[in-house]
Amino acid sequence: MHLEYTVIEGDFVNAGSASSSIKKTLKQLNVNPSIVKRVVVALYEAEVNAIAHAYGGVVTADIDAGKILVRVIDKGPGIPDIDWAMQEGNSTASPEVRNMGFGAGMGLPNIKKNVDRLNVQSTVGVGTTVEMEVNLS
Amino acid sequence: MKLSEIAKVLNAKVVCGHDRLDEEQDKAFASDLMSDILTLGDNFPMIVTGLCTMQTIRTCEMGNLDIVVFVRKKKPTEEMIELAEDEGMVLMECDYSMFKACGLLWEAGLKPIY
Repeated sequence: MHLEYTVIEGDFVNAGSASSSIKKTLKQLNVNPSIVKRVVVALYEAEVNAIAHAYGGVVTADIDAGKILVRVIDKGPGIPDIDWAMQEGNSTASPEVRNMGFGAGMGLPNIKKNVDRLNVQSTVGVGTTVEMEVNLS
Repeated sequence: MKLSEIAKVLNAKVVCGHDRLDEEQDKAFASDLMSDILTLGDNFPMIVTGLCTMQTIRTCEMGNLDIVVFVRKKKPTEEMIELAEDEGMVLMECDYSMFKACGLLWEAGLKPIY
């Protein structure tokens, strides 16, 4: 099954709607609730990142019997130092993002804790792709 | 502790989820930081927060956390209530500070996650 959603820059009201839709799909597929929670927590953090830090992008999910592969592909500005961004507490968030209850530098570390495989590719000026895979059984 | 008793202890107004007030809840977690709320794993405490935005409801939806108390006189918007109702959540409004609300809940016997 392939799902695809558009994420719009700065659209904080709808931040989480892709995650919410994927959560409902996984529940319908009778995936273990603990696994669903891990997937959606990671995806939601990544979705908020794309809205808060990037110029929007696309969320895709590919689900088969054994795993879910989620990609959040944004349109830039890119992360200059991924190792720095992966460390808890490091953040470049705006006051607006902090007012939403995010921006404490926990997003990427929190994603890492919840997924079985994480791959972050970024090119400054082009964009970032966060690829997350979770085993469903 | 029954949710109806929690509402009484906090002198809170129940905004939605009135049909669930006989349910029991024995743990709470308080934070204004949504990323903190997303670290609770397989724990499902009641959430006490002063952050009153759509992201509060979305965050709780992602975390399967369906009881939320807003402190510091924060009032959820119609849009937030609608989403919370769709998700079957209980929302309460409490005029007390986070510190006072947590103190009263502790005194009443609610336990922390850690």
